Amino acid sequence: MTLNLDDVKRIAHLARIAVDEQEAGGYLTQLSAIFGLVEQMQAVDTGGIEPMSHAQDLVLRLRDDAVTESDQHSLFQSVAPQVEAGLYLVPKVIE
Amino acid sequence: MINATLKELAALLAGKKISSVELTQQFLSRIATHNPDLNAFITVDEEASLKQARAADEMIARGEAQPLTGIPLAQKDIFCAQGWRTTCGSQMLHDFIAPYDAHVIEQFKHAGAINLGKTNMDEFAMGSSNETSYYGKVKNPWDRQAVPGGSSGGSAAAVAARLAPAASGTDTGGSIRQPAALCGITGLKPTYGVVSRYGMIAFASSLDQGGPMAKSAEDCALLLNVMAGFDARDSTSLEREKEDYTRGLDQPLAGLKIGLPKEFFAAGLSADVAQAVEAAIAEYRKLGAETVEISLPNSHLAIPVYYVLAPAEASSNLSRFDGVRYGYRAPEYGDLLDMYSKTRAQGFGAEVKRRIMIGTYVLSAGYYDAYYLKAQKLRRLIAQDFTEAFKQCDLIMGPTAPTTAFNLGEKSDDPVSMYLSDIYTIAVNLAGLPGMSVPCGFGADGRPVGLHLVGNYFSEARMLNAAHQYQQATDWHSRKPRLPGEE
Repeated sequence: MTLNLDDVKRIAHLARIAVDEQEAGGYLTQLSAIFGLVEQMQAVDTGGIEPMSHAQDLVLRLRDDAVTESDQHSLFQSVAPQVEAGLYLVPKVIE
Repeated sequence: MINATLKELAALLAGKKISSVELTQQFLSRIATHNPDLNAFITVDEEASLKQARAADEMIARGEAQPLTGIPLAQKDIFCAQGWRTTCGSQMLHDFIAPYDAHVIEQFKHAGAINLGKTNMDEFAMGSSNETSYYGKVKNPWDRQAVPGGSSGGSAAAVAARLAPAASGTDTGGSIRQPAALCGITGLKPTYGVVSRYGMIAFASSLDQGGPMAKSAEDCALLLNVMAGFDARDSTSLEREKEDYTRGLDQPLAGLKIGLPKEFFAAGLSADVAQAVEAAIAEYRKLGAETVEISLPNSHLAIPVYYVLAPAEASSNLSRFDGVRYGYRAPEYGDLLDMYSKTRAQGFGAEVKRRIMIGTYVLSAGYYDAYYLKAQKLRRLIAQDFTEAFKQCDLIMGPTAPTTAFNLGEKSDDPVSMYLSDIYTIAVNLAGLPGMSVPCGFGADGRPVGLHLVGNYFSEARMLNAAHQYQQATDWHSRKPRLPGEE
């Protein structure tokens, strides 16, 4: 697989990471080298093998539908960059 | 005092030979002297530590002491500790004061242990040299030109330099074991699910596991007794009976079957490391163990598989750092998308951005099957290799890392060559097995070598027993580096 500059810019956009032209060139070289390493995987036949997503076979635990958390709203918002009247502030998204 | 084992420290505290406040002050003063050079700690808060020490002294006076009560421990800066700055080695969390405790921190608090400070680490635990930390590189106390390993490099350097009696670490692809090996200390990564990940800042959730880093296997067992345990707040925490990990330490090793994977003693292993590891295995034979050659035929795939799965999980986990709810926000931006993109471009370092981008790519439409799903299938083959191997042996042994500590700057511009330093440790995380590194000698350059022990699921007590018996017969684990101004 060969990556090009447009791929890098598309990935950066999907990842929400701003990159300029010069940085994109650097990423192209580095990511290509890493994908070169990863490419070894394709040499192995994995037909009929179940994907393994996790080290343990776990069943999601259920619990009673009861309130277990206390209200820590203001404590948790104390670490936010911009808060007003209990709301997180972000640039306007709806006109 | 600074070289005492945890058991010895507990006895001194119980016998009122020293108070927790005095003990904590002694380590804080060592940190003040040596940390400016070693950079093993990101945050030290003397007042907060001493307040805990005073409370511990009261616990001891009331006769309520537990095995770790009053003992100061360094915590990797990946664990949220209420009221403490918790950076995860990143600018993204430069001003983040954790509003709650990680399960591990809570467990140590209940045990009466003192938080001695937060240790340096590769940014978001992504690295094998501690050079990706926003807070600067950590130096290896054995040789200041060398890396301490990573990502738990600060914890490893702090214990090796005797700036802390012991420390916590986390291990996603070798981040406890590789720095333990490079700094000449003992470190254990438990079976996946044994230590709760609650409050441990996530990197790759199906691989991340916290564990102890200390001067000996016995100390690791005492720490694991506190760190392990079921926690409903981590959906992957295992509901198991509490174990006493010290219970089997004194068992003789006669009859122990050690598997030696031929793939781990092949090309790529440096001759001096091979020599130290082979000498350690000979010592095990003297202690009554038998050795058998085994094969892990898919182990060469571990690194490619890991560099698909870990970045994929990281790209998802790190999407939470968006400049909205906590952490860094770019000072100038236009619309919402611009705010996200600039915040993340500025707040994350180069290695973290590389991994997020790899992860984003392998999960994107059209590439998912070829990369992510393919890697998950290979993960099963890698795990099955171990299942087969454990039919022939009780423990697997080999080198923890292919070389001794490399030089600072040597691999920092070449991600792929950096990744290869975890070649023996990564497969263990993919399978979810417990692994350990135990000091077993020194390389030609005088830098430490680690022996890697891998056990079957939940065999931590057996591994600790094997490591402890080796440490009774040898003294590699009690060797310590000479710091400037010390004998």
